[in-house]
Amino acid sequence: MFSWFANPHRFVKLSDWLVPACYVLAAVGILWGLWQGLWIVPKDDYQGGDIMRVMFIHVPAAWLAMASYLGMAVMSFVWFIWRHEVADIAAKAIAPLGATWTALCLATGAIWGKPTWGTWWQWDDARMMSVLFMFFLFLGYMALRAAMDTRQKAARAGAILAMVGALNVPLIKFSVDLFTSLHQDASVITAEGPKMAAVYLWPLLISSFGHTLLFAALVMTFMRAEIWTRRAAQLRARLMTGD
Amino acid sequence: MSGAPILSAFRQALGEAWAGGAGALLPLGFFAGTTVLVPLGVGTEPATLRAIGPGILWVSLALSSLVTLERVFQADTEDGALDLWLQTGAPAAAIAAAKTFAHWLTAGLPLALLSPMLLLMFQARASGALLENMGLYAIGGIAFYFWGGVGAALSATVRRGGLLISLIALPLYVPTAIFGALAMGDGPSSASAPLFLAATTLFALAAAPFAMGAALRLAAD
Repeated sequence: MFSWFANPHRFVKLSDWLVPACYVLAAVGILWGLWQGLWIVPKDDYQGGDIMRVMFIHVPAAWLAMASYLGMAVMSFVWFIWRHEVADIAAKAIAPLGATWTALCLATGAIWGKPTWGTWWQWDDARMMSVLFMFFLFLGYMALRAAMDTRQKAARAGAILAMVGALNVPLIKFSVDLFTSLHQDASVITAEGPKMAAVYLWPLLISSFGHTLLFAALVMTFMRAEIWTRRAAQLRARLMTGD
Repeated sequence: MSGAPILSAFRQALGEAWAGGAGALLPLGFFAGTTVLVPLGVGTEPATLRAIGPGILWVSLALSSLVTLERVFQADTEDGALDLWLQTGAPAAAIAAAKTFAHWLTAGLPLALLSPMLLLMFQARASGALLENMGLYAIGGIAFYFWGGVGAALSATVRRGGLLISLIALPLYVPTAIFGALAMGDGPSSASAPLFLAATTLFALAAAPFAMGAALRLAAD
């Protein structure tokens, strides 16, 4: 299956229609989620009143922060084992976007935390700390890639670091879990089904869906740009040598 | 294949520590220097110093490891030693582990040995706990040096890679730092934390050499 996607031409052809489709669906999902979240759903006074509406951005951002790191690690693994160029292009594209959503998660979390918990930042909150360290892992990954002098070296070094980071994420998670958390327990994905009221759950799910599609569309856009950049470099090199 | 290149890497790292005059004393100087700056910055209240002392030493230990790791693999890529070792067919992971372990012996273990004195300066009460803490700094230091070694191996070909090592390695230091601080506190988990600290070190010993080995093969290309 990986090999089928490994062909850049096939990827470009597929993304020709998949990217615009994702953008449109993402816009619908995010706008509907925001409209529902900001104006329609009743405010929940137990979660700090109107400020709880930031949930419709905060929760999708948190979900994407984790999913994007996982995606980057999987892509790095695929590249490291099978040397499929598209996988490396994907890992490279995911990093800055993953860092952006992680930062968004931290920022909206702080904005939500100040009025409800009385603090912008809590050092012994497990989830805040693990998301923060994931943010640093993204930054380290990007810095390492940028420091390498060839594309191949950047890909190899980046893949090693992303995999080492992925090995450590569970450990980091476990160690910070010793801290107490201000966060509530899981309320969407639990063994007994969602505990959240449906009036909040649906806008949240659709907003998360929209954010995920926007993320996917941006990753594919970045990947297409990278593929064309490489193609342009090839053509330029061919012109220079006069072949 | 024989163990010769691995032994050679180990010996060379031990020898390097004394190269250039005060070599092996420099990490100690850095460690003591960063630690001594803290009371000047946060004030000299004895109760405060006693509370923060063990944590400050963890931070200084982490910083010292990062500062001294910058040149560990860089010199080998520049003078060709790395190419020679890899040509013998010896596993890169074993070479990396040998070098990093030797580096910890010369640059990390002395810091742990110095820790009782620094803790006393931070108003710690003289007791057996100082020696226990010394052991914890030694064990935790191994994890710091091995994860830091991953950063060092990855940035071995990058000029002025020091800052890069810090950015790469610091998130990997988190579990060790947390368990180390918990082990020295008097919270409910201070009894089990030393075991978890040792577990993070074992994990680093098991996983980091392979990452370092892959990175060294990249650096040799």
